Amino acid sequence: MTSLPITEQVAGTGEEVTPAGQRKRRTVEAEERGIISTADRQRPLVRYGLPTIQVLLFIGVVVAGVGPLLWLFKSGVSTSQDILQGPLSLWPSGIQWENIPNAWNQVQIGSYLGNTAIIAIGSLVTTLFVCTTGAFVLSVLRPKWGPVITGLVLATLFLPGVISLVPLYLTILKMPVFGWNLQNTFWAVWLPQAAGAFNILVMKRYFDSIPRELIEAARIDGASNLRLFTALILPMSKPILGVVSLLTVIGSWKDYLWPLLVLPDPKMQPISVALPRVADTTEISLQMSAMFLAVLVPVVLFLIFQKQFLRGVGMSGGIKE
Amino acid sequence: MALLSRPADQSRRGVTTWFRSGGLSSIIFALPLVLTFLYFSWGPIVRGLVLSFQKNNLIAAPEWVGWSNFSYVLTDPQLPQATINTLYFALLALIFGFPVPLFLAVFISELRKTGWIYNVLSYLPAVVPPVVAILLWKFFYDPGSSGLFNTVLGWFGLGPFAWLNSSNLAMPAIVLEATWAGAGATAIIYLAALTGVRTDLYEAAELDGAGIWRRVWHVTIPQIRGIILIMLLLQLIGTFQVFTEPFLFTGGGPDNATTTILLLIYRYAFINGDFGAATALSVLLALVLCVLSVVYHFLTRRWSTT
Repeated sequence: MTSLPITEQVAGTGEEVTPAGQRKRRTVEAEERGIISTADRQRPLVRYGLPTIQVLLFIGVVVAGVGPLLWLFKSGVSTSQDILQGPLSLWPSGIQWENIPNAWNQVQIGSYLGNTAIIAIGSLVTTLFVCTTGAFVLSVLRPKWGPVITGLVLATLFLPGVISLVPLYLTILKMPVFGWNLQNTFWAVWLPQAAGAFNILVMKRYFDSIPRELIEAARIDGASNLRLFTALILPMSKPILGVVSLLTVIGSWKDYLWPLLVLPDPKMQPISVALPRVADTTEISLQMSAMFLAVLVPVVLFLIFQKQFLRGVGMSGGIKE
Repeated sequence: MALLSRPADQSRRGVTTWFRSGGLSSIIFALPLVLTFLYFSWGPIVRGLVLSFQKNNLIAAPEWVGWSNFSYVLTDPQLPQATINTLYFALLALIFGFPVPLFLAVFISELRKTGWIYNVLSYLPAVVPPVVAILLWKFFYDPGSSGLFNTVLGWFGLGPFAWLNSSNLAMPAIVLEATWAGAGATAIIYLAALTGVRTDLYEAAELDGAGIWRRVWHVTIPQIRGIILIMLLLQLIGTFQVFTEPFLFTGGGPDNATTTILLLIYRYAFINGDFGAATALSVLLALVLCVLSVVYHFLTRRWSTT
């Protein structure tokens, strides 16, 4: 559970960007007609004004989007002295490449990144397991008590995450009935993540769109429910599985408060929790290179898989409609 | 005999048909969902309501205390300040964070070939983990004259400003970072909504003599009004629960100028160990947010059907 599940997740899917295909279609349309018409483009004000705004905006977006990352890289390979005295000068004392291996070894960025990966992958597994099996029952098997469960799941969507923050923490300290203490185990992050209403409802909506005739045909061919699930429903749901996976991984990568509460053991903390903690005791140059390493992974992944990323997230937009 | 055995027989047949028709496998498939929700969603919600009427510090056995948690929380002198701060954060986030992505999206949608570059670049900040972004900006906001923002402003003869150390500037500084982090993602949502705008209306508007700005104002904006309102509500629900930014930037200071309601809840629970008070305040905040999210739900339903 993040501190703001509804918002984060819905906003996450809201990134219903333009899927590649849609964008192409739109550009074709835009070539026919946008807000600004070809007649407008002849007018001098538009003719010179538009490129000017465009250049200014481009500079703005580059400074805001790339600037901090480049600065972080610059500072990651500078001496602390340089960072503090001239944050905008380029390496007056030379480039300090050794900062990066130093940060890796002394700040143990590697193991924190590893924890982040373990948390993200584990959350992904539990989330997919719970939301596919759950959606399968609610959408395909449709038992009599199905609508009750759907209603209860839907109801949690209305309640903001803040209401269950403290009781959820107490649940982790001592699981009712079993009495287990999940604090300082990865389960404390993996399991609450799986209880996300949004994922289940999105998955159910997608399963609902699978033609019933296919399911009936498989039943007539003698497929058991398990086989129906693994051989028909899951393979047909790859797009939505991709979307839910992406949103889950991004969500758990960004989460701060919850892992801070349930993983007090420094050896298990993900990078987002560890960085502020080590910030006070690490010299500024190593801090910067540690932060650079922490940013590197998601940024590189985003740039490489940009298309899949945008298409995948965009797909959830289509589902919501 | 026959009469007596029939019901048993029938119920056994009932069980077998129930079993054959997949009743058991339904239950098995539903188990993961029901168990995780019982433990981590439904359970904690109910427990939250119960806890808010109890005194609980994890050491002594919990005892019922009626409404005293609520009265304690409502009379806490920190609450008015935290409420004002939270509302102030929401208001600033609205002023900073609302027009920028909208403008960006309308502009990007007008660019024919290069729009995607703006898209990727403005989305980059959203990819940076929030914690790293906050630590980085905290450094940018260095109050000394050699701090990054102060250096840049110094070129224009401004500053140096105290930024996070000043009780007037701390909250705007935090909101500025939050806007930077969120604008790209919001712009992309608007952009998706803009793909649904009927372009033939622009033609009609132009024939009627509407200039570019009037076309944006009277044609584009009304058509994405639904998504704009939804984003507003989502932003409000999100900003009312803001925690990470004030927690990491200032810890609530200076002079409690950035203490938000969630920060107060955190202090009650995890610093004072007063879980009753913490849940009582959570319940109160949740009630307010519930109203917003119900409004949100009905709006999305209304707009997705039209």
